[in-house]
Amino acid sequence: MPYTADKHQRRESSEELRDRIPGWGADLDPKDRPAVPRERTDLETGAHWDFPDRQPEKWPRERSVEHQFLPPVFGTSTPPRGVSGALRKYAYKYSEGRAAHWLILLAADRVDACGSHLRSFLTAHPDNPVTETGVLSEYTHHGISSRFGKKRADLSHLWLDPLIVAGPWLLAGWLAAAKLKKLRQRRTS
Amino acid sequence: MRAMVYRGPYKVRVEEKDIPKIEHPNDAIVRVSLAAICGSDLHLYHGLMPDTRVGMTFGHEFIGTVHEVGPSVRNLQAGDRVMVPFNIFCGSCYFCARGLYSNCHNVNPNATAVGGIYGYSHTCGGYDGGQSEFVRVPFADVGPSVIPEWLSDEDAVLLTDACPTGYFGAQLGDIAEGDTVVVFGAGPVGLFAAKSSWLMGAGRVIVVDHLEYRLAKARSFAQAETYNFAEYDDIVVHLKRVTDYLGADVVIDAVGAEADGNLLQHVTAAKFKLQGGSPVALNWAIDSVRKGGTVSVVGAYGPVFSAVKFGDAMNKGLTLRMNQCPVKRQWPRLLEHVRNGYLKPAEIVTHRFPLQHIAEGYHVFSAKLDGCIKPLVVPDASKA
Repeated sequence: MPYTADKHQRRESSEELRDRIPGWGADLDPKDRPAVPRERTDLETGAHWDFPDRQPEKWPRERSVEHQFLPPVFGTSTPPRGVSGALRKYAYKYSEGRAAHWLILLAADRVDACGSHLRSFLTAHPDNPVTETGVLSEYTHHGISSRFGKKRADLSHLWLDPLIVAGPWLLAGWLAAAKLKKLRQRRTS
Repeated sequence: MRAMVYRGPYKVRVEEKDIPKIEHPNDAIVRVSLAAICGSDLHLYHGLMPDTRVGMTFGHEFIGTVHEVGPSVRNLQAGDRVMVPFNIFCGSCYFCARGLYSNCHNVNPNATAVGGIYGYSHTCGGYDGGQSEFVRVPFADVGPSVIPEWLSDEDAVLLTDACPTGYFGAQLGDIAEGDTVVVFGAGPVGLFAAKSSWLMGAGRVIVVDHLEYRLAKARSFAQAETYNFAEYDDIVVHLKRVTDYLGADVVIDAVGAEADGNLLQHVTAAKFKLQGGSPVALNWAIDSVRKGGTVSVVGAYGPVFSAVKFGDAMNKGLTLRMNQCPVKRQWPRLLEHVRNGYLKPAEIVTHRFPLQHIAEGYHVFSAKLDGCIKPLVVPDASKA
């Protein structure tokens, strides 16, 4: 098609589409679209307050410095603890606009995961990478036939997944074994 | 109670936790009857979202029965069968008063750039989610709704996020009669976005993915024309070719942070977390939409920077529209569409996992095994 003022060539007319696809054009009029216009002040929300009651703050709740005050309602899952908690509290000194805020939080997440794995070995319910990764579903849910011969683009980096998941465990095991070996050598010498 | 618990990247398990308590006068405690794993849960599962803490329970798509209500709750009572939008919102702040429920300012101390979301890290407020037997639901008079008797549980659970988000994505595209719409991603949100594009009067709907079984679903469920980007040297050029070299009028990014199609982008973002998300689909959207066209983004990205081709967006005079979906605002119209048979949400459900097997559910969904499109989580194992 030459570059003229014409719109795309239609493959099917509106009538044909209406016959073929149930509901075609039901929301053709923007007035029927609930997200149009973007801002609406005529919606009944169910709120019967101007400002909500405040939920009790049971520990000093970390909050973005971009808030004027602690919002009245918040989640109480997993309060910050230990080294990762200290990192998280430090991260909240930076605004959401600073990369430091997010990168410190990501670092805290990794410290949290490592610490939690180690702590779990002191409990009756230690982490089990086999059950917790769900990797056994590779056998029950066609791991090989789901992936190969299917033109999947993610096959090019599939090899990275075991390294990312098992790598830290193998590294930790190797470091622990090396440390033990060193201790033994020291004792024997 | 039993609840899914995050144990670090790629690891989840089921633990015994205390049943949540009323912490605010307008709270409700809901006994979960059905939950789902969302594609965006995989960003948490893969460790991509900052401030995702070990011990948190995920799950922002769930329905259930009201177990207990706080003293100021007027609209719900124990025993009501309710669906709960993934957004937590107060109904009274500047943003809620304008219908922007997903941008509520009163529910998330941890960030001002996003509202509150169940089970979606502390960056989204630090609330435990619904992949458990019980969940705390703040602002019970504002968020949840009683499920109409005629609506099935599986349809209802999909109306808490995936279906309204896809429908919202199509609306953000400002589709006019006869427009050509391209949807990147044939996951649950992409399928609903494609299907919804017809409701808005699209003349042509094209879905792009690399998973053949999902593209087959896009053809059967959403009557879409499909292309597997892995079969083309350059999918953008191919899309130009099939749109008279003008580009599509509207492109919807229903992929988000873990997009495939460019090894460097995917690995730096999804594997090594050096970007807030892999912007492959977003960049393809910018490149394949026509000049003056609209890009709608409903795929989820993390808060860290991503390498987005912003210069092309500017030079092409694009309109970029995006947001987390304000779910409850979509419900009245969506319920009409479901009742009329125009949308059949439960048709995309492929798997049902008992809560105790949720680790397998995450792995199967994450690795895209066994034709998985939408896995549900059933707390009562006898109903799985």
